[in-house]
Amino acid sequence: MGPLLDRRGWIGFLGTGLVLIVGIPLLNMLADDSPLHLADYLVPLFGKYACYALLALSLDLVWGYAGILSLGHGAFFALGGYAMGMYLMRQIGTRGVYQNPILPDFMVFLNWKELPWYWYGFDHFAFAALMIVLVPGVLAFAFGWLAFRSRVTGVYLSIITQALTYALWLAFFRNDMGFGGNNGMTDFKDLLGIPLQTAAMRRGLYVVSVLALGLGFLVCRYIVASKLGRLLLAVRDAQSRVRFLGYSVAHAQVFVFTISAMLAGIAGALYVPQVGIINPSEFSPGNSIEVAIWVAVGGRGTLVGAVIGAVVINAAKTYLTGSVPEAWLYVLGGLFVLVTLVFPRGIVGFVDQVRSLRRPRAAEKLADEKVAP
Amino acid sequence: MIERLRLSLFALLSLLLSVQIGFAAGGQTRLATLVQQLGADDFDQKIAAVGELAALGDPRVVKLLQALENGDLYVTKDKKVVLARQDGDNFATSDPISGAKIGTATSDDIDQIIVNNRVREVIDAVLGTLNLFSPSRDDRLAAALDLVKHPSPASVPALQKALAAEQDAEIKQDLTLALAGARLNSPDKKMQLAAIAELAGSTDPAIFSILSALHDSGNLDPDVRRADESALAAIAQRLQLVRIGMTLFEGLSLGSILLLAAIGLSITFGVMGVINMAHGEMIMLGAYSTYVVQQLFVGYLPASWLEAYLVVSLPVAFVVTGLLGIALERSVIRFLYTRPLETLLATWGVSLILQQLVRTIFGSPNKAVDNPSYMTGGFELIGGAFITWNRLVILVFCFLVLGVLALVLKRTSFGLHMRAVTQNRDMAATMGIPTARIDALTFGLGSGIAGIAGVALSQIGNVSPNLGTLYIVDSFMVVVFGGVGSLFGTLAGAMSLGIVNKLLEPVSGAVLGKVVVLIAIILFIQRRPRGLFALRGRAAEN
Repeated sequence: MGPLLDRRGWIGFLGTGLVLIVGIPLLNMLADDSPLHLADYLVPLFGKYACYALLALSLDLVWGYAGILSLGHGAFFALGGYAMGMYLMRQIGTRGVYQNPILPDFMVFLNWKELPWYWYGFDHFAFAALMIVLVPGVLAFAFGWLAFRSRVTGVYLSIITQALTYALWLAFFRNDMGFGGNNGMTDFKDLLGIPLQTAAMRRGLYVVSVLALGLGFLVCRYIVASKLGRLLLAVRDAQSRVRFLGYSVAHAQVFVFTISAMLAGIAGALYVPQVGIINPSEFSPGNSIEVAIWVAVGGRGTLVGAVIGAVVINAAKTYLTGSVPEAWLYVLGGLFVLVTLVFPRGIVGFVDQVRSLRRPRAAEKLADEKVAP
Repeated sequence: MIERLRLSLFALLSLLLSVQIGFAAGGQTRLATLVQQLGADDFDQKIAAVGELAALGDPRVVKLLQALENGDLYVTKDKKVVLARQDGDNFATSDPISGAKIGTATSDDIDQIIVNNRVREVIDAVLGTLNLFSPSRDDRLAAALDLVKHPSPASVPALQKALAAEQDAEIKQDLTLALAGARLNSPDKKMQLAAIAELAGSTDPAIFSILSALHDSGNLDPDVRRADESALAAIAQRLQLVRIGMTLFEGLSLGSILLLAAIGLSITFGVMGVINMAHGEMIMLGAYSTYVVQQLFVGYLPASWLEAYLVVSLPVAFVVTGLLGIALERSVIRFLYTRPLETLLATWGVSLILQQLVRTIFGSPNKAVDNPSYMTGGFELIGGAFITWNRLVILVFCFLVLGVLALVLKRTSFGLHMRAVTQNRDMAATMGIPTARIDALTFGLGSGIAGIAGVALSQIGNVSPNLGTLYIVDSFMVVVFGGVGSLFGTLAGAMSLGIVNKLLEPVSGAVLGKVVVLIAIILFIQRRPRGLFALRGRAAEN
């Protein structure tokens, strides 16, 4: 097994982490009139970016390293978000519009008399936390088990993952599913007894999101640096040969797909309290494809690139949808085309290339060597 | 008692309707005499007078009889029949026929003409049938519908007569129903049985409900009940068949739309192994081409030509989207042949740009594309099965497109080259087939067919910038399910998905049905990762 990170890597990782975890909250806590004060609305926005980055990271793990382009990661993200949303709904208690201590508002509105069985337990945080990883994990495991064992790969896999998220999208729109239908869940009050609308809670959620991102990064690094990581690269580049060598391709794929879905679920769960709503639009197939472009822009198979891509594109999206809304889709569409045609290795690949021009290196990282088909 | 009444009514009415309806000579005086007869104390005399009045066919009789039924006719002390309306403590009297004012009377001066239920029933039956012969179509229709609702054996002869004279198809239909109902309510068992036997051959849901109303009415003769039950069963069976046929048609119709949307995708996917996410946008652009052609026709050509715009739209949409497809292939896709997953992303980007472009040019709201007259309305086939022209035309059109495409693939050298490249690109290139040009043309062909699909879709729904996204996942499902690169597979995939969707809809609702189908396909892929009709041999290995 290779090292988790090299010396420079650890310095960069810990340095960035320190700046993000200590620096941003401190700037936010400065007095309002201070020139360095960070506006309150930016903290949850950065927290949201951290969640997106974790989602991108999870997709990079399967796409960049195992060659599985999942177009359903938005679904795992949304499922984690719904699990968190269910917990938050139960926390509202009698403070809802209808003041029902058990039933969320939308159920009272639909004239439901009792809580559906699948809502049991979501009033306990520990149970909800378990479901946040378990629901996406189990779905990914079942789906992956079926798909990878019958050697569904490439574009076929992409299409059926898209069908999966499309099916969930349609299903969650239905009122009688018991997840709030079209409107989803919102009006959350507090998390673990702390009101969500306080500045301290926002900073707390932001810090937890960044920590989750950092931990997620280390987990992904651990996997790709291990022997399993080598195997995954081999599966990506020459699946049949790996199989002929006696390895179980499907097992490796199912494992990494499930871990990745769990990470996506955690990202979704942290996302929901920061934006204050979860609704079926998170399942829309377009969302999942957009994640792929974050990863592609940042640079596939680098992990760091996924994080950079997610943050850069979402920052651009925040800026453009605010200032020139019509332009955003042109920019996003253009990025899809440009990156795949001209910069297939994304920002990180581009930086590497510039560096290697300056100072040629003996061998580049294995992950950069060959681009997945 | 009622039995006897019905019989007497029946006899009476058949008698009076055999008298020719219309103005009899000297009807004027006869009318006056009969009106006086209404003032008689004896109810039988009143009934006879009502019957004879009806036979006069005078339009004033309707008002007169209505007044009688409402209790507005009175008899004065000198035995004259007048129309009287309460006016304060007194009554304002007028002539019942002409309506001319006579004067006022106190309640002591006049007596109301009493009508009992027997008389009322006769009046109703007479009034109902009188309007059947009205010159106004609306009156006749209303009368026929009223008789359908209140079947009475008394109206049988009038109905038969009216049916023979009636020209209007809709009224005829109602008259037939009314006649059926009237005969079924007949006190005569033989007549009932004859009517049931005749109706048992029907496939009309309205007849079914009349027969089941008879069944529920209770107090039936056992023979009649048995005949009724077997007739009901026979009709129910036929209606069930009609329903199944209708579901199949709806399924085929949905399938034809899916097929049109998916054929182009199947070609490009089959030949190049490329997933074109912008395929839906080609459909959308085809629909917008239709819209533009329509606007041009409205703006620059005589109104009488407007109907032809749809036919003109077909080649326009094909050329527009086909050229765009070729441009897309030359500028983007050809650089990505070795990286199919990235083609997926790049074409998705193209689709976003195209959507936004259309939004910028045409605006986000839906555009209305009118149906030409040959695409509007429909016809009732049998047993309430209604088939709309646009669905039928699209179904036929989709097979036409499929047929032409099959011919192109099997009978032209372009088709031959295309199949060769699909089966083995390298070998085809070795044999001197210009694969790059074939790729571009194939992409153009696939996109052009998507454009034609857009023309068809503009006829059944709204034209909006995100029209394509509605169909893209379904199109993929069709291609994946049917098998890549096989026209027959795409046909089978589209039709079976369409039919299964429609079969599930009544059971589980439209949305859940779709979810079930999607899950079923996901599971199906596990068993046959290359679709129902996968290519075999070397082509399948990659």
